[in-house]
Amino acid sequence: MISRAVHFLDERAGVAPFFRKALRYVFPDHWSFLLGEVALYSFVMLVGTGIYLTLFFKPSLAPVVYHGDYLPLRGREMSEAYQSTVDISLRIKAGLLIRQTHHWAADVFVAAIVLHLLRIFFTGAFRKPRDLTYYIGLLMLIFALLEGYLGYSLVDDLLSGMGLAIGYSVAMSLPFIGANIAQLLWDGPFPGSDAFMSRMYVAHVLVLPVLIGTLIVLHLTLVAARHHTQFISRRATEKKVVGMPTFPAYAPRSLGLAFAVAAVLFLMGGLIQINPIWQWGPYHVSQATNGAQPDWYLGWLIGALRLVPSFDVTIGHYTLVPNAFWGGALFPLFVFLVLFAWPSLERRVTGDYAFHNLLDRPRDAPWRTAIGVAFFTWIFVVFLAGAADRMFVLFGLSYQGQVWAFRVLVWVLPVAVLFVTKRICDELLRGEVVEVRRKLVEAKPAA
Amino acid sequence: MTRWVIALLVLVLGRFRRRPRLDSEARIVPAGTPDRRAENVVLLLFACATLCAAASLFVYAWDAIPNQTQFLGLALGLAFAFVSAACIVIGRRLVVTEELEEDYGTTHPEEEEALDQLVAEGGDRFTRKRLLIVAGAGAGTAIGAALLAPVASLGPVFDVSSLYRTPWRRGVRLVDEAGRVFLADDVEEETFYTAYPEHADREQMGAPLVVVRFKPAELQLPEGRAMWAPDGIVAYSKICTHAGCAITLYRKPTFAPVEPKPALICPCHYSTFDATKGGEVLFGPAGRPLPQLPLAIDGSGELRAAGNFSGAVGPSWWGVRNHGPRS
Repeated sequence: MISRAVHFLDERAGVAPFFRKALRYVFPDHWSFLLGEVALYSFVMLVGTGIYLTLFFKPSLAPVVYHGDYLPLRGREMSEAYQSTVDISLRIKAGLLIRQTHHWAADVFVAAIVLHLLRIFFTGAFRKPRDLTYYIGLLMLIFALLEGYLGYSLVDDLLSGMGLAIGYSVAMSLPFIGANIAQLLWDGPFPGSDAFMSRMYVAHVLVLPVLIGTLIVLHLTLVAARHHTQFISRRATEKKVVGMPTFPAYAPRSLGLAFAVAAVLFLMGGLIQINPIWQWGPYHVSQATNGAQPDWYLGWLIGALRLVPSFDVTIGHYTLVPNAFWGGALFPLFVFLVLFAWPSLERRVTGDYAFHNLLDRPRDAPWRTAIGVAFFTWIFVVFLAGAADRMFVLFGLSYQGQVWAFRVLVWVLPVAVLFVTKRICDELLRGEVVEVRRKLVEAKPAA
Repeated sequence: MTRWVIALLVLVLGRFRRRPRLDSEARIVPAGTPDRRAENVVLLLFACATLCAAASLFVYAWDAIPNQTQFLGLALGLAFAFVSAACIVIGRRLVVTEELEEDYGTTHPEEEEALDQLVAEGGDRFTRKRLLIVAGAGAGTAIGAALLAPVASLGPVFDVSSLYRTPWRRGVRLVDEAGRVFLADDVEEETFYTAYPEHADREQMGAPLVVVRFKPAELQLPEGRAMWAPDGIVAYSKICTHAGCAITLYRKPTFAPVEPKPALICPCHYSTFDATKGGEVLFGPAGRPLPQLPLAIDGSGELRAAGNFSGAVGPSWWGVRNHGPRS
């Protein structure tokens, strides 16, 4: 059987040598390497559950009056988009399971990408020859954030409408061109026309998934072309990669991980409620709800928008920089700029232009680790500030007091963390030197 | 007949039988010892996965089962969990885990050189290379611009005048959610009302209002707005000037030293506006005050607009302070 299939393919595509190589491709192993794979398998789940959802979802803002089974919404005016999502959740068998699995998969997808990014950053895996792979990964993160935002914006429930109002305002806030860009995208002033819904829809189900899919292929091709990085060992060197082959050792392990991701996502989708849109109600421009939180991966933007003090930059009557620009546009722009610039910055500062196939432990590059930890702490404090209203509800901490505390912490904490991390890395390295000396001394009498 | 069946069986089974490997030296994957216990575990795990998947089918088919979503998710999730466990047992116990070495790739200086040469020689016959490149780039840019131009059809990109437009003008009556007219006498103090313009589209940022009543003495409206709050009733745009959310919170002062005044608050980023002072920003990120709408009480005691807002409505953009709104 197998030999016939192989022969069939080899005759027609001449692929036997390629497959032979692919099956013996070497995977170095470390637990932290699975994060990228988790992202990959979440993406597969997203595509699968997403296709199912498109079979029922109606991307239309046409107004309808709800007459479905859910009593609290009966008689309410809503868009077809919202009504069809309520129907997916409450009327269509297995609809809610697939919808919730899709939503959880999106949250896990972005989480896996971010953790993967941290792993890559702190082990120096982004260095030449893998900087291109790293840039493509960052691009995918941007597209994933956008894709997630559009996903929950499509539904046209109260929360998604609020999210879109904020997105519109951030677009409006771009200096010089904001209003024009926003009018272009929304086809007029907010909430825009029905065309805007089709635009979001085609971006969410076609353009962005195809982009992400293409970048995944490119990412993996580049990974394979230069092999995985690895931690140093007696056999694992800059010249030789050591690990298990795809087949038979690695394939069942990776397949096991794929099924585990599917298992966790289905369990979450079935057992943990997420975004119960029938409770939020349909969106109207004049409505909003308190305690609204976006999906976790937008928390940093909410936090940034909330922390900026009250000011617009104006020249006479001309508004140069509306306030929403700082938190909503400049902050993420700066974060990604730093991430994109890092590999070449590090090369220039350290003067290290060499190939690097061996990974650093975080302590091996104290300055990178310290700056990285400070940088991500900065983002994380902003992220936490986005949850200050929840902390007010949960612990009764004054909201305004928290905002002032965060406005200070957001600058102080990263600096403190920078020096503490640097010190820890240095001490760890010094400790190793001491350890080696001690061993040498102990070994001497025996020799 | 029986002989035919036997012959067929032999034929079919024979096809699937592995040819025995004669030479153990020629193996690619090193030999390992069988592990029947692990095989049993895998068999068991696959059986459990089958059961769970079957249970999921059963839950899907039988409507009488309550909590479909939960049971479906549980059954499907467990099915995948068992298959996952089986794969991992196979990987760790049933297949050989080898440690292989491979060379990391390097660069190919000769090929690189050959490529350089190839490209250079390919363009040998050009005499005015630079000019041709410039001309080609010019054509490319022009075609790109021509292809991109239709993007402008997406929306009113150059005409942003509609951003200044609101449905309010002198004489428009205020109505509530259900379309009932607001009577000035019905508006109570320290309560928060949402109002809309009568006979107008409510799904535009210029439409919704926040209406609050104060004691006239409590009001400290900016200059020129003395007549804007008849009987102490003030109206503001309900759309936050920061990020376009609806202002749906009315904070009564619970602790005077910190929160001395009642305030209008947007729940998105907690921009806080002082309703007694013409919508001035008290806290939070909003960069300009809430636009105030002048009110009037007509002969029959109904609330009407006495003009348009004090400033452009909605989130700020470059032209938000250029001029006021238009009806």
